[in-house]
Amino acid sequence: MAPSGYADVVLAAPVTVPYVRYSIRGAHWFLGRALAQLLAAAKIPKDRIDGLAVASFTLAPDTAVGLTQHLGLTLRWLENVPMGGASAVVSIRRAARAVQNGDAEIVACIGGDTNHTDSFRRNTATFSQFSQDAVYPYGSGGPNTSFALLTSYYMRSYGARREDFGKLCVAQRNNALKNPLALFKKPLTLDQYLNARSIADPLRLFDCVMPCAGAEGFLVMRESTARDLGMPCARLLAAIERHNAFPDDPVQFRGGWAMDRDELFAQAALKPGDIDFVEVYDDYPVINVLQFEDLGFCGKGEGPAFIRTNSFEVGGTFPCNTSGGQLSVGQAGAAGGHLGVVEAIRQLTGQALGARVAKARYGLVSGFGMINYDRGICSGAVVLAAD
Amino acid sequence: MAKAPMHARRKNPILRTPLPTLPPHARSRVALGLTAAAARGALELQVCRDCRAVQYPPREVCRACLSSRLIWRPHNGEAELAAETVLHAAQDLYFRERLPWRIGIVRLDGDANMVVYVHDSVGSAPCRVRVEAALDRAGEAVLLAVPPDGNADLSADPKLREMTCDPRGRKILVTDGKTAVGQAVVRALATAGAEMIWAGEAEPWKKIAEAATLRDLPQVMMVPLDVTDSHSVHELAGEIGAKVDILVNTADCHRTLTIGAGGALNAAQLEMDINYFGLLRLAKEFAPFLKARAADGPASAVAWVNVLSIFALSNYPPHGTYSASKAAALSLSQALRADLYTAGVRLINLFPGPVDDDWDQLELPPKLSPGALAAALVVALQGSMEDVYPGEVAQDWLERHGDNAKALERELSEGSQ
Repeated sequence: MAPSGYADVVLAAPVTVPYVRYSIRGAHWFLGRALAQLLAAAKIPKDRIDGLAVASFTLAPDTAVGLTQHLGLTLRWLENVPMGGASAVVSIRRAARAVQNGDAEIVACIGGDTNHTDSFRRNTATFSQFSQDAVYPYGSGGPNTSFALLTSYYMRSYGARREDFGKLCVAQRNNALKNPLALFKKPLTLDQYLNARSIADPLRLFDCVMPCAGAEGFLVMRESTARDLGMPCARLLAAIERHNAFPDDPVQFRGGWAMDRDELFAQAALKPGDIDFVEVYDDYPVINVLQFEDLGFCGKGEGPAFIRTNSFEVGGTFPCNTSGGQLSVGQAGAAGGHLGVVEAIRQLTGQALGARVAKARYGLVSGFGMINYDRGICSGAVVLAAD
Repeated sequence: MAKAPMHARRKNPILRTPLPTLPPHARSRVALGLTAAAARGALELQVCRDCRAVQYPPREVCRACLSSRLIWRPHNGEAELAAETVLHAAQDLYFRERLPWRIGIVRLDGDANMVVYVHDSVGSAPCRVRVEAALDRAGEAVLLAVPPDGNADLSADPKLREMTCDPRGRKILVTDGKTAVGQAVVRALATAGAEMIWAGEAEPWKKIAEAATLRDLPQVMMVPLDVTDSHSVHELAGEIGAKVDILVNTADCHRTLTIGAGGALNAAQLEMDINYFGLLRLAKEFAPFLKARAADGPASAVAWVNVLSIFALSNYPPHGTYSASKAAALSLSQALRADLYTAGVRLINLFPGPVDDDWDQLELPPKLSPGALAAALVVALQGSMEDVYPGEVAQDWLERHGDNAKALERELSEGSQ
């Protein structure tokens, strides 16, 4: 049975709590600031928010529950979404059904984390049971190790070159230079990319996201609610999620999108070619390529050729990660997946902070999260449309 | 293969001795099944009793059929190296101090994926490998990919050498060099490339012809050491403690008395004084030195070895008091192991069955020759394990003990009738 659609569900009020490399604040500070900005953007009082979906790695010992009391929220709908870079997509799916069915009227979806000087090591060491038992004791490289293995396998299997990944990273940096909130302010040349410090072969420095502190947020509501509030919004056309897809692949060379993309485009009544821009999850560039392939923009193994024949800047043939993406804006923990959603809403509502995609009508945002052991477990995507 | 130099270069005495750091210790309880096998030098993986699916990482429930009947079984480790990386950046201090690390992901025949260390001598991915379990410096099991055929020399890989306690180039104290086992151990360590061996003798006036020939070995120096005398242990530790890389405790008192025999109490007191209190005296004086030098370059302090007895697992009534003293020593060694591992120093226990020496005269063969015992000790140091059961009798007892400890107790009591 095909799931029912998301007619009448919209996303509004894209907000970003500016990123900083390290912070002495707690996660509650960033999430609280995100909520305050959402209220300011929507011009509504706090008690109008009756639903909340929260994603954060550094909120412990609290969860979304603790946050309600911390922020003085009285809610009738609450989700804790511990799915890393897939959290935003999953939050949208949950929130959409809640507002469609009247379980909540306005759901705030926020993702954010703090970053102390030792946060990343601590999170990596205790990320999951499998990770603690069977990955961290092998060099403590964390996601760098996992994505190095994926990247090396992909390069060998499909003939990708470092220059291909470099082209994506350079394009994202060019996009980021126009985004005042990006942490990276200097241009990146292909030479700099290719000759950067080695991290985990074949990965070098600019293949790896930089962890930082920050938060992103947006509101999910029915179109009529947005009209009443006079808020610009983007419509939700379709959404998919998948967890632990293709568990028998020896090394991850595809994600759950490959299982669900037909449903995604059918639900949106669109084809991949109709999409005006994409915001893909980009903690490492190999994952961008997997998303290009698995979401149907090119076939499996055609990623290298797709990169060589396209350009990824905002004005390019395939605008991708138009705010600069995590690779050039920074990875604020669980906000990494929200970054793309917030940027897509901005693009589709004419509120882009940086370069604007011309005549953007349809944007695709995909999420990817949780290297539980040897691969990313959670994947998802949404298609959004200009109102 | 490149070997560590026979004589490690002396370090600059002006430089600070680095403090030991350790690889991460945390494991779930179920993952310690891997450690239990690795401690014996074996690779075991969980297998589902119902659907036979091999599991990795260790888990509570079968990933295929959800059965909770997962059992640990030996695995041949045959696998394919699917992808590899060389890690140049690490978050943990232990790894950071030793960069780079070669790490890979292997696909086990039988469908499980494993993140592993890759031995230097393994070719580029994709290629066939064999997966072995080893103990890291924290004493936890880790997996290594080695070439598919032949015995992997862990010491030939500068990083995986960390998993071993290779005696090559190291300075070793053998606490009693004059017994048959002690002599064999000294000779075997000399052959294995030890740079210096101090062989203890408790009673210098007692002339033993074979032991005297140890003095002809250039690496060997006889030193006075009576483990029943706290002062003697303290004196020797003051003299050489800061230089010892491996301590091998061969000091042993073995009387063959049932507990009702005349003189059993005196014998038991002497056995305890050497086998138990002797170990305690040695631990008090030498353990702090070993821990302090656990990260002291390529010839750091690495190991403490006890020659116990298979009788430590379950009392053998014809050697009732001796068994009890070895059981006491085993228990004490666990406390010492916990202490030594805080610095990354490994404690290895050997559990031989009857040895072909004077005190096991009345035991029937098969008996373990002192040479075979010493060889097993060297293999344990060169490899990566902490519990060694050399010889057929020890293996037989170990299997019986694991299968049904109470049955073994009955079987041993029958043997005494």
